[in-house]
Amino acid sequence: MIINKETIAELARQGKRLDGRALTDYRQPIKIETAISWTAEGSAKVQIGATIVMAGVKLAIEKPYNDTSDEGGIMVNAELLPLSSPEYEPGPPGRKAIEVARVTDRGIREAKALDLKKLCRIPGEKAWFVTIDIITINDAGNLFDAASLAAMAALKSAKFPIVDETTGAIDYKHKTNQSLPLLKEPLGVTVYKVNGSFFVDPSTEEEQACEARLTVTSDEKGTISALQKGGDTPLAIADIDKMLDLALEKAKFLRKELTKALKQ
Amino acid sequence: MAYNKRVDGRKLDQLRPMEAKAGIIPNADGSAFFKIGKTIAYAAVYGPRELYPKFLQDPKKGIIRCHYSMMPFSGSGERIRPGGNRRSQEISMVMDAALAPVIDLSAFPNAVVDVFVDLPQTDAGTRCAAISAAAIALADAGIPMKDLISSVAVGQVDGTVVADLCYDEEAYDAIVSDIPVAMTHNTQEITLLQMDGEISKADLIKALELAQKATGEIYQLQVKALKEKYSGAKNDYQ
Repeated sequence: MIINKETIAELARQGKRLDGRALTDYRQPIKIETAISWTAEGSAKVQIGATIVMAGVKLAIEKPYNDTSDEGGIMVNAELLPLSSPEYEPGPPGRKAIEVARVTDRGIREAKALDLKKLCRIPGEKAWFVTIDIITINDAGNLFDAASLAAMAALKSAKFPIVDETTGAIDYKHKTNQSLPLLKEPLGVTVYKVNGSFFVDPSTEEEQACEARLTVTSDEKGTISALQKGGDTPLAIADIDKMLDLALEKAKFLRKELTKALKQ
Repeated sequence: MAYNKRVDGRKLDQLRPMEAKAGIIPNADGSAFFKIGKTIAYAAVYGPRELYPKFLQDPKKGIIRCHYSMMPFSGSGERIRPGGNRRSQEISMVMDAALAPVIDLSAFPNAVVDVFVDLPQTDAGTRCAAISAAAIALADAGIPMKDLISSVAVGQVDGTVVADLCYDEEAYDAIVSDIPVAMTHNTQEITLLQMDGEISKADLIKALELAQKATGEIYQLQVKALKEKYSGAKNDYQ
């Protein structure tokens, strides 16, 4: 692994990568498939190269929080399944899973992508709460971007279940044709820095070789709704400037892929 | 009134449509996708690898350890809280027992073969789908095996013995029994047998004979999935 780390750093300096990709290329294939789980209100499977993640949306009616009594809510959880990598063990989510979940959550929440007021049914009493579970099937690097893409695809494909208006019970087996009140489409792109070069969509080996990373979540207008710096090397403002440019450009690329997939 | 028309129109001995694939998770040593009706199982095998904590190690042979888990959005009702429960613990345990008899880990003392099965959507028969998927994944991983294990539920709905109950049959408003069965192929022995509901002894034997035929069909599909992978068919990670 040390050999690869040095090789990756040296190649990056020359603008090259182990698998021959350009620094700014995502792996192929990029596949986005929705409605992969009939039991979820919305679901998607995303594949970027050998990385495969699923996202599932479940809806529930709960009492709104006291300080936002006219709003529903959203929560993102991530499970890095031991099925998906020899590195993961059974047990409660560790730091990595929590980071993936929280960064994905912030990108959607802070962009106000979901109209939480429209999720309210009776102020102070009943509102829809949306839970998105991100599940890894094969972790071969770049979980942040795959998670964000899968979460958005699942949200976009979600339909409300039928609610019995007299009893208030949810009939999870039957969906309405009503979609979630989505206002925006935030997507995350993570830019990695190694040896003075910047690249996107790392493999697991490249991830391990990187010095710093910056996840940038942006919507279709280029407005940034979440940031997360990772790695133990500091970044100069000039670095961040370049990373933002690359992230905003690549978000457009991923958005095209998502639009294309949702049309099918 | 006898139950002679199944809720989904199947014949009494007819299984739901099935699909199987081997080698769908590149990180795993072996893996499989198994679908029966609306129940889907993904299985991954890691190992043989060193077993921790050490006191679980068997110095004479390796052990198999199954981990069954439903994804939080895979139930037909509310979201399932992740992290396992009594049900998933029990299923994992009976999976170990269902698969262990055909696996020879004598060459791997102190080691473990971990089998992870996760289900993205379910509609009854999940432990059977999990076992059938796990067996393909174990073979895909090259684990020494004397035989293959194939699993399906049989049962009785309102007096009629049927194969592969779907959820609406398990929940049918009459006397119902649900019997998950796993069988070895060559020796035709039963390695998993559970039941809930009510059944007469005569119907139970009839159901087990039906399970013999039904697991035979699953065996054919499992072998086909493995042959497809190893005959050089393109592996597209499913």
